[in-house]
Amino acid sequence: MMDFLHTYGMMFLVGSWPNGQVGGFAGTLLLAGLGLGLAFPFALLIGIARTSGIRSVKTVATIWVYTFRSIPLIMIIFWAYFMLPVLTGMEIPPFSTALCAIVVYESAFLAEIIRAGLESLPRGQVEASRAIGLGYFKTLTSIQLPQALSNMIPSLLNQFVSTIKATSIVYIIGVQEATFSAQQINSIELTGTLRTYLILALFYFLLCALLSRLSKVLETHLYNRRMGVAA
Amino acid sequence: MIQFEGVNKWYKQYHALNNICGEVSQGEVLVVCGPSGSGKSTMIRTINRLEEIQGGTIRVEGRDVADSSLDINRLRAGIGFVFQQFNLFPHLSVKENIALSPIKVGGMSRKDAYALAETLLEKVGLASKLDEMPANLSGGQQQRVAIARALAQKPPLILFDEPTSALDPEMVGEVLSVMKTLAADGMTMVCVTHEMNFAREVADRIWFMDQGEILEDSTPESFFNAPRHDRAKKFLADILH
Amino acid sequence: MDLSFSMLSDPELLRMLADGVATTLRLFAGAFVCGFSIALLLSAINLAPSRIVRAVIALYVEYHRNVPTVVQIMVWYFGMPEVLPQAIRLWINQGNTEFSFALIALSLNVSAYYYEDIRSGIKAIARTQIEAARAIGLGAMQALKYVVLPQAVRYAVPPIINRSLILFKDTSLAMVIGVTELTYQVKKIENATFQTFQIFVISTLIYLAICLLISALGAQVARRYPANFKS
Repeated sequence: MMDFLHTYGMMFLVGSWPNGQVGGFAGTLLLAGLGLGLAFPFALLIGIARTSGIRSVKTVATIWVYTFRSIPLIMIIFWAYFMLPVLTGMEIPPFSTALCAIVVYESAFLAEIIRAGLESLPRGQVEASRAIGLGYFKTLTSIQLPQALSNMIPSLLNQFVSTIKATSIVYIIGVQEATFSAQQINSIELTGTLRTYLILALFYFLLCALLSRLSKVLETHLYNRRMGVAA
Repeated sequence: MIQFEGVNKWYKQYHALNNICGEVSQGEVLVVCGPSGSGKSTMIRTINRLEEIQGGTIRVEGRDVADSSLDINRLRAGIGFVFQQFNLFPHLSVKENIALSPIKVGGMSRKDAYALAETLLEKVGLASKLDEMPANLSGGQQQRVAIARALAQKPPLILFDEPTSALDPEMVGEVLSVMKTLAADGMTMVCVTHEMNFAREVADRIWFMDQGEILEDSTPESFFNAPRHDRAKKFLADILH
Repeated sequence: MDLSFSMLSDPELLRMLADGVATTLRLFAGAFVCGFSIALLLSAINLAPSRIVRAVIALYVEYHRNVPTVVQIMVWYFGMPEVLPQAIRLWINQGNTEFSFALIALSLNVSAYYYEDIRSGIKAIARTQIEAARAIGLGAMQALKYVVLPQAVRYAVPPIINRSLILFKDTSLAMVIGVTELTYQVKKIENATFQTFQIFVISTLIYLAICLLISALGAQVARRYPANFKS
């Protein structure tokens, strides 16, 4: 076991770096982090649109959210793999393809988190803000979002954990992340597949469980803080 | 019927029940009153072991309720308990709420149990609500169903834990009237309540509790007219303003 | 790029598509039923006073929630045959091996989530209900069966529907071990006809339609059995 970890530990963690692309769990975190980070601005717009009073804006956003939450990520990845070269006329590396797919996929889920965050604020906050003369956008940026975003942090962390798990499928188009490393190790080792996959599972387990625990701690911390803020 | 012998209970460091001694005879109606936090609810809940005691003995019909050879579920089925918050089962109809214990614990057939439920509902004045869901009933109606549910296993004894405290004032009367009927029928009852008029009319004995102790154990006449303990006097003055 | 939907008139292709949908639905239904049953069983077992039992259940839940679903499928299909006793292996190989392992993996995975949803439902029920049940003489098991679980399930309906949608989408992950569900068939049809755009559109619409159907059904159930019990 220790030999195994010694030989392949780095492969699990960073793939073939520094002799090649960054892979392994570093690749996973890179993909998940970039994916969520790039999706966030879109999700913000869509989430706000979901709470908008303008019927057409709300409908478009709702359709976006319902659509991308009803399609498996694997289908979105295939779509991206097929459509991106067609749209751009260039060869797109697998990492970028997967990144685009994840951005689109996560934008729908993040939008819902943002919507929930906005809707969870007491109605009185918006009313008070209007009463002192702040318009729609000012209210949004000065009053609603600052409060909602800090409340959302645990949910955002949970979504990050979700995204990390979701990236495990992108190996099928050749993206170098953790599961890809495990496949590579298997093609080298040819036996002991259970051990390989269990170690892969263990890595994911530690990463996700830790982040989930952090999210719970933050949730309690924010709850305690919130009880004194907007009651 | 019920005997308390040197009963003591602690919640961690807090001495909730302090050397409770007393007796309730068959057919007697005992009213327990006192300020909040006096331990009256705790005391009544020890009778059917919804709360456990650390010292002393409680006997119901001569048997120690803490005896390990006793079937706790049969014991509880044999003691009626009415909660302050009614606690009807919202997913079951009124009829099913009442019939649940006779069927599952008493082994009665469904048909007989439902017939029994109908009889009991008549007794509490709600015969038309047999198939209604609890969420559609008023507070007073729900509490009356709760009383019928407590009567389902034909217990020789019923415990009431502040049965009218959660009700709107206009519904208190209908529940008290059912309780008075039960008392008149000779049921042994222990009631924790703030309804002093009810106590005056129906109680055979009154226990006044404060800070976990029974400070007065007397008849309604002597309690209301000549309370001995200072705290009892203060309590009566506050409550009968 | 040829954009004609001529493939829709080809009976062979339609059959492949229909097979894919059928397999997807069978996998989904099977995992739902098995997963939910296991979750109910775990809820009952968790009542045991043994601390070890509850720790084991907690570990089971944490594993299935923190390890990506596709990795769980891989552990079962590639890894488990090493350690499973010969008799079970033979029994699985009698049926469709890939499907069976995918079903096992998905069932166990979703059972952990359903178990947590039921547990939250149980916690949401006031202690007083349990007291009332005990007060009329019901034993612990009886109280659970007749009073607690029927109510807990109602509270658990929204999160369970949510998780069921995710389960449905996760059936697509089974393609990586060769289960001939919808996404696998899509790839097969793509390779046969090169009409990538068309088959992607058709399958996306199918996924959308079924997801929306599940959501609608779920909303119906939530309406008929509301958590506040008002009729």
